[in-house]
Order: sequence, then structure tokens, then C-alpha cells
Amino acid sequence: MSSTRRAVVIHGGRIIDAAGGRECESDLLIEDGRIAAIEQPHVLTAHPEAERIDATGHWIIPGCVDLHVHLREPGEEWKETIQTGAEAAVLGGYTSICCMPNTRPANDSAEVTRFILEKAKQAGAARVLPIGAISMGREGKQLAPYSELAKAGCVAFSDDGDPVADAGLMRRALEWCLMLGLPLSCHEEDRTLSCGGCMNEGPLSLRLGLKGFPGVAEDVMIARDIELARFTKGKVHICHVSTARGVELIRRAKNDGIPVTCEVAPHHLVLNEVCVGHYDTNFKMMPPLKNDEDIEGLFGGIADGTVDAIASDHAPHHLDSKQVEFSRATVGILGLQTSLPLFVELVSRGKVSAKRMVDLLCAGPARAFGLASGTLGVGRDADVTILDPKRRWHLDEQGIRSRSKNSPFVGRELVGQVVHVLVGGQRVVRDSKLVSDMEAETERGRSV
Amino acid sequence: MVVHLLGIKGLSKQEIYRYLEAAESFVEVSERDIKKVPTLRGKTIVNVFFEPSTRTLASFDIAGKRLSADTINLSAGSSSVKKGETLLDTVRTLEAMNPDILVMRHSESGAPEFASLHLQRSAVVNAGDGANEHPTQALLDLLTLRQHFATCGRSLEGLSIGFVGDVRHSRVARSNVWAHVQLGNRVRLIGPPTLVPSDFAACFASKDVTVCHDLVSGLEGLDVVVCLRMQLERQTEHFVPNLDEYSREFCVSERLLARYAPTSVVLHPGPMNRGLEITGEVADGPRSLIRRQVNNGVAVRMAVLYLLARSAGIHEDVPNE
Repeated sequence: MSSTRRAVVIHGGRIIDAAGGRECESDLLIEDGRIAAIEQPHVLTAHPEAERIDATGHWIIPGCVDLHVHLREPGEEWKETIQTGAEAAVLGGYTSICCMPNTRPANDSAEVTRFILEKAKQAGAARVLPIGAISMGREGKQLAPYSELAKAGCVAFSDDGDPVADAGLMRRALEWCLMLGLPLSCHEEDRTLSCGGCMNEGPLSLRLGLKGFPGVAEDVMIARDIELARFTKGKVHICHVSTARGVELIRRAKNDGIPVTCEVAPHHLVLNEVCVGHYDTNFKMMPPLKNDEDIEGLFGGIADGTVDAIASDHAPHHLDSKQVEFSRATVGILGLQTSLPLFVELVSRGKVSAKRMVDLLCAGPARAFGLASGTLGVGRDADVTILDPKRRWHLDEQGIRSRSKNSPFVGRELVGQVVHVLVGGQRVVRDSKLVSDMEAETERGRSV
Repeated sequence: MVVHLLGIKGLSKQEIYRYLEAAESFVEVSERDIKKVPTLRGKTIVNVFFEPSTRTLASFDIAGKRLSADTINLSAGSSSVKKGETLLDTVRTLEAMNPDILVMRHSESGAPEFASLHLQRSAVVNAGDGANEHPTQALLDLLTLRQHFATCGRSLEGLSIGFVGDVRHSRVARSNVWAHVQLGNRVRLIGPPTLVPSDFAACFASKDVTVCHDLVSGLEGLDVVVCLRMQLERQTEHFVPNLDEYSREFCVSERLLARYAPTSVVLHPGPMNRGLEITGEVADGPRSLIRRQVNNGVAVRMAVLYLLARSAGIHEDVPNE
């Protein structure tokens, strides 16, 4: 990014910033990559040099922060790369994404962390914040070098995709990370209970003859890690909570003052187990989609603040691993380009307020991982997302930036579209298109 | 439009009876001196079995041959599945050979439905998929019951029928229950909570289906008792403490039947574990319809092949313009 950046004025829009306590019509001035001023409309008009962004009718929110994405690089670049993932992120309104360490090799050394950060810099899209492994090779046997990983730039630790079965190892990991102040992000699953189940256990799994994954497989591990957090005082962050009981356990832990935070994935809110009805593998997730009772519980946690963050669990998978028998298909769904629109739809249906949505997508995740982003205060990095909350659009396969296309939302009408995105004051998305794409097109046009 | 037989779930009562009536007419063919009719001459049936099976495969093969179709049997052991080919590629390869009907057995639920979604021209018959469905087994069970109850002036409707044993893993039980729900029969699922979880009561969305964890009260008043095969590996998977304990609690014996369901008849889809889920005395006794089940297998499969070929319009010669 150039050092002589033009100032930017965003005018005419409505700022919604939960952490900053703002929800009003305001104009925004950005200088040197930072937010220089936030004023009432028409006060900031005296900047003739500035680039002007007309945000009339739009929402101006802090760039969204995703605590849980899979970028597949290094090692599985046919599914996703750091470049395509970071680009998909900004197209979806995310300016910071935390990438899980289940790559090949796993992110269990400073070398891999630095590789990820280098690739992310070249991508020039969203900020990429690596998550280091909890155990070497994510095998659950030996602690990863947390201090080395933190110094290289890791913001949290996780063995996501696999649970940490060994409670003793989990205890020591929490104790070591007390020195770093960083959270452990926990994939909660007792494999002796989930037993290879591929959908929610209940009448429907019996009807379809698919192996059930009981909600209690998640709940017992949440309970264990809450007790370990209480015992060690280490920070536990619970990944993709999907059960009503899990939310209740976390609610009680928070009331007891235990250092626990949690995230919910959008697909667990807007899809349910019935979607699996015809063995469509695009609906195969981990944890599996739940029934309405669990979904009610998740919304309850969103309403009362038990849920800290929405995290997409963006999980690109190649078509070849999805077009197979349901029980043999890979788990996961794309999320970066659909999470924000799905939430805008929930706002328009009155399931959640706009301000709460912004808290869950921006400040909440930032707080959980101790990041400075997620709010629009003066002096902060100018990570800004501008969206049209009314625009109706369809996501088609060409519009998916990821290298994989495993989304059940392809072809479905979405409400709310990201229009402009700035990262550190630099415009990376303009009129819902990547600025880098537009520049490349202009370049091609010139050379013809 | 190509019609498939993926399961009993979703079939109407009329459709079930149509299969049974066609099967009744084919029973006679199998008793002739020359057991062959030219109905499906020139048609190709591929029996693709991704899971080992002798009985069902033989039954489909004979059914196809008695209808004069050309039948080809592919089993997982000799196909490219073992070489790492995906199901989609296998299905596309088979379709390139232009079979009129693809009969598929697979260890994973939903695989035949998956195949049907990717086939343009062939009709798919589910010959058993995972723990989902085994529709031709259910049809032959129904045919067997229909024949039996006809001799005492009763129909297939208004019956009480119990399934004893490992309902959780049983595609035979599921297909049968879907049929009996359509026919308006009362169904009791009997076994320990590990194998017959109480969620089964809601599974079929019918108040006629109930769950019972006690064999004695479960058998009471039944017209039909279906014993299900107990897989020997269920003890290592913690579904039963050991097979002796299981059989003490849930083995169907003549002593219990004589006392609690004296007029009942007994079915077993086979292969049987004598002394485990059913005593030899019951299996070979007067209330057993097990031999007749086996006899009906071919006729039912002939009916299914015949009706699918007909409804797909692929066995009738299209007149030239």
C-alpha cells in the first residue's frame, strides 16, 4: 500500500458500530489508513482532495472479523488458496480472518505461520491472522510451541477438525497459554460418542438410515473444557456451538465468571437437519445441522449475549469429495461470501437487531481473540465495510471467489450485498467487485 | 420419465398392491416346466453389488433371466471400486453400457438415490442400501403374508406386526414399516434401547408405530412376528453386552409365542442365527413362513423388473415413424 494515500470521505450512510455505541447517519473521514474523524452529515464536506464514497442508503459497519476459516494452503491448494480465501473474505465484507491450522503441514511452527502471513501480504485483500495448532501435527499427543507461534503472529490455538481428546494435554496447553494471554479455540466432540455419525441423531437419522451424531457428543466436551478453564483460568473459546444445551452450559459458565467465549456458525441458524432429506452432501457439516429446538437455543444465546461471535467455518471442499455417498462425503460449507447477507436477512426478518448483528460479526469476535479491530473509533485502522441492506441478489458459481463451490446457497436469493470494503483505508472492493480485478481488466484493455 | 424403486417410503397403497399383484402372476411362471417368458427380451439388467450378497444377487439374477433379459452381475470385489473409483464414476461407466435397469446394493444409505440422480436413462432398483431400505425384501414379505392370510380369509390390512431385534441397523425393518404404515397396520418395534431407540416412535410419523423394550409384552397379541438378524459385531460396538445376554432377553422361542401370540406367524429375512434371535423350533415349526419368503423372492423381483421396464416405457417397441 502506498505511503501517500488519498484521504477518503464516506458520506450519506448510516454508521452501525456496536462497540462504539453508534447507530446514526454519519460521515467518516479516513487519513493515512486510519479513521480521522466521524461527524454528523455535511460537516466533513470541505475536503476537496479526498476520494468520496457515496454511501446513501447504505450501512457503514466495521470490517467484519471471522474467527474460523479454512484456507487450505499450504497443502490443499486445489480447494482454496490464501489468495482466493482472502479475496472471498473482502467480497463478503470480512477484513480480518483467522485461519485454522489444519493445513498440510499443520501450522505448528513459526515457519508455516510466516509462510501464511507472507502469502496473505501478497494477496492484498483481507488481513489474515493465523491460528496455531494446539498439538504437534494436530495429533493430540504433544504440545505445540505456543510462544514461538505467538511471536510469529498466531492469535489463538486450535486443533479444529479434530477434538483434543486428552484432557491432561488440554490442561497443560491452557496453563502455558496463560503466559501469552491467547485463547484456545476448541472443536468440541467426544469421538467415542459421535462414532462417525454423519448427521444429527434423532428420528430423522433413523428414518434415513444414517449414522447419528448425538448432540451430547458436543455437550460433554464443552462441559469438560469449561471445567478446565475454571481450573486453569486459561481462556477457552468454543467453536461452532450447535446445541441448545451447549449454549446453556456456556451461559452458566459466564455467569460463574469463567473465561469462556463462543461462536456460532450462520448455517446452524438458517438451515436445519431436514435439509439432509435427500442425502445432499452440501448439507453435511460438522457439527451436523440440528433440529428447531437446538436452533431456538442458539437464537436464545444470541439474544442474551451468551454467544460472542458469528464465525463462518468457511470450509472449501472439492466437488469430487462431495459427489459421493453421504456418509463418505467431506464435511463443511463455504461461508465467507454468504455469512453477512444471511445475517442481514435475519435482521430484516426481525430475528436479531442490526446493532447486535454488527456486534456478533465485528466487535464480539475481536474481543474473544483480543484483537484491536471490529470498531470504528477515531485513530483506529480504517477497516470498513459498506453494504446495501436492501439489495436482493443471487450468488452464482461464477461469483464464488473460492476455488471450491460447495455452497447450498448457490442460486438462492440473498438480501443485503457488500458494496465497498476498505482495509487499512485502502479500497479493496468497489461496487461489489474486487478493485484488483478491475485494475487487471483495465490493464488488459490497454494492452489490446 | 424413468421410474425407480428406491424404497417403500413414498409409495402409495395402490403402488404397493400393484407390485404384489404382478408378483402373484409371476409365482406361476416359476412353477412351470419351462420357467421363462420373453417379456424383457433384448433388455439389459446390470446387478451391481457394492456389498457382498449371495441370496439377493442370485434372486435378482434368476428373475432377470426368467424374463429373458440379459443380466450382468458386478460385485465390489471384482469391480473398479476397490481400485479407488468414486461411485459417480462407476455409475457413469455403467450407464455408458446402456442398461435398461440398474439393480444396486450398497453399504451406504442413499447410494441408489444418488445414482438415480445422475442417470439419464436407466431405472434404478435398490437392492438394499445401508440401514435405509430394502424394498424388494419388504415386498416379498408382504406377498408371503398376503398369501398366508388369504387362506384364513383375512387381508393384508388390520394386522398387528412386531419386529424383534436390531431395528436400528435394519433396512428390512424400515422398508417393511413404511409399507405397514401405508396399509394402516399396527407396528411394534421390540428390542433393547441400544438397538431400538425411543426416537423410532417419531421416525415414521405415524401413531401406529410404537416402541417396546420388553419381549414378552411386545409379543402380546401380535399376528405377525418378524425376527431380525443380529450382526455378530454389535457386541464389540457396545450395542449389546454379549450375545448370550441378548438371546436370553430377546430370542423368539416357541414357548413365548405359544403363550403370548398363539396365532402368530413368523418371518425372518435371513440369514438366520439359530438360537440367537430365533430358535430352530420356531424357524422350522408350523408358524414359520420363512421357506415361503425365499420362494417368493424371485417372483417379486420379476414383478419389479417387469413394472419398472414397463413404466419407463423401455420394453415396448416404439413403432417407427
